[in-house]
Amino acid sequence: MNAIQILGLTKEYGGRRVVDRLELSIPAGELFALLGVNGAGKSTTIKMLSCLTLPTRGDARLMGHSVRSQSHQAKEILAVSPQETAVAPGLTAAENLELMAGVYGRPRERVNEVMEQLGLTQWARQRAKTLSGGWQRRLSIAMALVSQPEVLFLDEPTLGLDVLARRELWGVIRGLKGHTAIILTTHYLEEAESLADRIGIMTAGRLRAVGTAAELKALAGCDSFEDTFVALAGQEAAS
Amino acid sequence: MRMRAFAKRNLKELFRDPLTLFFGLGFPLVLLVLMNVIQRNVPVHIFELETLAPGIALFGLTFLALFSGLLIAKDRSSAFLARLAASPMTAADFLLGYLLPLLPMAVGQSAVCLAAAVALGLPLSWNLLAVAASLIPSALLFIALGLLCGTLFNDKQVGGMCGAILTNVTAWLAGIWFDLSLVGGAFQKAAYALPFVHGADGAKAALAGDWAALPGHLLLVSAWAAAVLALAVVLFRRRLVER
Repeated sequence: MNAIQILGLTKEYGGRRVVDRLELSIPAGELFALLGVNGAGKSTTIKMLSCLTLPTRGDARLMGHSVRSQSHQAKEILAVSPQETAVAPGLTAAENLELMAGVYGRPRERVNEVMEQLGLTQWARQRAKTLSGGWQRRLSIAMALVSQPEVLFLDEPTLGLDVLARRELWGVIRGLKGHTAIILTTHYLEEAESLADRIGIMTAGRLRAVGTAAELKALAGCDSFEDTFVALAGQEAAS
Repeated sequence: MRMRAFAKRNLKELFRDPLTLFFGLGFPLVLLVLMNVIQRNVPVHIFELETLAPGIALFGLTFLALFSGLLIAKDRSSAFLARLAASPMTAADFLLGYLLPLLPMAVGQSAVCLAAAVALGLPLSWNLLAVAASLIPSALLFIALGLLCGTLFNDKQVGGMCGAILTNVTAWLAGIWFDLSLVGGAFQKAAYALPFVHGADGAKAALAGDWAALPGHLLLVSAWAAAVLALAVVLFRRRLVER
């Protein structure tokens, strides 16, 4: 079954088309990386799929629930980790996770599980605003995992993290593969290449190419993934 | 469940902010003591505790608008609200979650203010309980005004609107420091067209045991509170999903 089915999803702001007739299916358990230069429409796509922005046209179904007409049901099974760190600053790390567990009706034990999974136990009683940027980001991602979502949107999850923290987080994300459908946006090409089952390249609101890293390299006739991205995204952006 | 979890979060955020505690509980007390000291040193009766205490109890509630407005505006300006907006929380969950934690603060604030007035010489009576109860619609009104401002404006604008404009409007137009009939005319008419003076008059009527006057004031303030809250709910719901 497709966990995410995108059907002609379009978003316009004042006549300017930001996302243009997006068509895509993502099976349950797949990690799909959405790549593109700034302004390509990645974040707007994530916002529409997260029911935060109403599509101008088209629809998307998350585990069969329309983001247009069944957004409440869709919200029960999705979680999002926004591009900016999204934590309650005055609450401790544990309290932030308890909040999310309460919102999704999950038991308190789930909080402990996620804290262990992301190595947050040592910071459990520390207020979020006093955590370092890296730990705040990790907490922000943990908050998305508390509900054990069937569909997860990770919008630039490792932005601003150091190499070690990024690699640790990759391990966590890899652990989710197989049972959670994930759309990940990132500017780190090696992240997409290393983690994603399939990769989509967006330019000017349109999905220009979709495939595995190897398939995209073959399509572009390049050896490195960076050259592949430049060839596919740059060529289309210039055209 | 969702609303309760969110209300719990807001309660913690509010009570962990020392400025909230100072302005919520301390500032009205400072005003009450100051005005009482002035009264003791002037030969005319301008700041009698019977009129001053209910008025300052109402004035203290204006800070609830600032607290609720800042809380919602700060959440809106961060990605935190986007995260929750993508959850199954409804607009009602959000607004009740913001509103309910402030109600015990309102009751506590009124109780502290009235207790201080008793310590300063206001006779202890059962009517004080009626005063505290009569202030609940005003508390709801100020919280709703804060929610409305927080829904429409950013935290800096909310600080200006609820922290400066609303406190001044209430201070001048609620008849706390002087009898509005002394000014009369358009000023008095404008003041009585707004709910603030009715909140203060209702509290004064409760303290005086003027039960005939109380319902009219309470109904008017309650109607304003309901209208502002309804508007806040409609606008907040619209802002939850970008169109």
